[in-house]
Amino acid sequence: MKNTSSCLEASVSVRVLLPNAFQKHTDGTREIRSNAGNLPELITEIETTFPALKAHLRDEQGQVRRFINFYVNEEDIRFLGNDKYAFKDGDEVLVIPSIAGGCFSCCSYCGKEDCVCC
Amino acid sequence: MARAYELRCRECGKRYDNAPLSICDECFSPLEVQCDLEAARKTFTREAIARGPGSMWRYQALLPVPDDYVAPTPTGWTPLLRAPRLAQRIGASNLYIKNDAVCLPTLSFKDRVVSVALANAQIFGFDTVGCSSTGNLANAVAAQAARLGLKSYILVPDDLEPAKILNTQVYGAKLVRIDGNYDHVNRLCSQIADRYNWGFVNVNLRPYYAEGSKTVGFEIAEQLGWRLPDNVVVPMAGGSLITKIRKAFKELIALGLVEEREVRFFGAQATGCSPIATAVKAGTNHIEPQRPSTIARSLAIGNPADGVYAARCIRDSGGWAEDVSDIEIVSAIQELAETEGVFTETAGGVTTAVTARLYAHGRIRPDELTVTCITGNGLKTTDALAGAYELEAPVRPRLSDFETYLEEQNEEHELVSGGVRVR
Repeated sequence: MKNTSSCLEASVSVRVLLPNAFQKHTDGTREIRSNAGNLPELITEIETTFPALKAHLRDEQGQVRRFINFYVNEEDIRFLGNDKYAFKDGDEVLVIPSIAGGCFSCCSYCGKEDCVCC
Repeated sequence: MARAYELRCRECGKRYDNAPLSICDECFSPLEVQCDLEAARKTFTREAIARGPGSMWRYQALLPVPDDYVAPTPTGWTPLLRAPRLAQRIGASNLYIKNDAVCLPTLSFKDRVVSVALANAQIFGFDTVGCSSTGNLANAVAAQAARLGLKSYILVPDDLEPAKILNTQVYGAKLVRIDGNYDHVNRLCSQIADRYNWGFVNVNLRPYYAEGSKTVGFEIAEQLGWRLPDNVVVPMAGGSLITKIRKAFKELIALGLVEEREVRFFGAQATGCSPIATAVKAGTNHIEPQRPSTIARSLAIGNPADGVYAARCIRDSGGWAEDVSDIEIVSAIQELAETEGVFTETAGGVTTAVTARLYAHGRIRPDELTVTCITGNGLKTTDALAGAYELEAPVRPRLSDFETYLEEQNEEHELVSGGVRVR
């Protein structure tokens, strides 16, 4: 009984649903189970499991790309404490890229942010 | 560019053939339609446009559809109204209203984006289409899918206004109420679009859908006599419209249809859901998601997909964003109706109230040419005005009774106005 807390930690198992956009880099895997305790651990585990995904998941600064969102049981993980949120056994984690269609770049002519066309 | 338009990743620049796709598989960033302006240069002229239909399809050369596409519905080309009485009320002197409260076929600007999205749904061979919606999009998809003979699944938050539910179901659409807010609905639609072979207008068809918003900008410029305004005030939900109006203006400048001018963009949100306005005020590009709580349900998107781009568009243009309370929204709906005869929904109340505040705070000077975008019709959100007006007892159909009624009215008025008779 002396290692109760670590036993509980070890028993945490979450279901992780990956988006179609990832499948090219995950050999078609859509879903994994993870024993990660929090979001940073989960991301590391995903990158270890799917090395091909790693280069696409992070930007040049090594940060997870800002268009990738994580949700736990229908709730945005940012409302739950983000990296500090401790996964609970049975949590369902959704990974969903933002779907945006606006125009960050200047125009259709060159498509560059620092457009000089006009 | 081999085709007149294609998809391109906004972050890494990877190009894609046209497909029902909205996310780059290299960097997981959003895709955008890239039109070939050089190809359009020959056909996109003032004269050719003037010969075109009296709808948004007069700008077809800069929309992502084939050259020979024939649109089945005359969407768009809504009035640009001078608004002198509203202007006088709020301290402006050169104010216009772009009135999409009368956009066909379902009385909101969403008809524009759906027209382009469903044209592409047909091209990609979908027999079932859908959307996540705060209401106006639901109406637009349901109506236009019916007209094209497509099946439709419309997913909405369960607290949607009754009129918007009815205005979806009447077209035979399958309306699915979701126990959650718009962000929950939108997330579920992303998962459904991953699993089912359906064309979701604001998920896998979103790059095409979003291009339809450009027509608001094209029309404003043409209706002003092919010139750009000084300022535009735009309501923000997901944040797409404001960026696409800017894109439209840039394209017109690039093609030489208007003189270059720095247009300032102003964003409008309800205080109960103001993630983009909050970011603009804080001077950051970081959008902190919010849990929406406002009567302006059509703007109640707590995690706006284009929020980053909208905030940047506003700041880069030298504009600003404001947010207003639910009480101000209702007052502004009434004010717009009383001064200009335009009955708008809660989102239009947001835009009108924010416009008034921008003048009051000196962010817009009175003489600057300013266009405020009204995007939806008040008949859809009449519950926002519940209790605002009393139903008086009926008057007997006799002239003497009517005269008595008028005298009573005048007496009441004298009481209200402190004994000063106002005629």
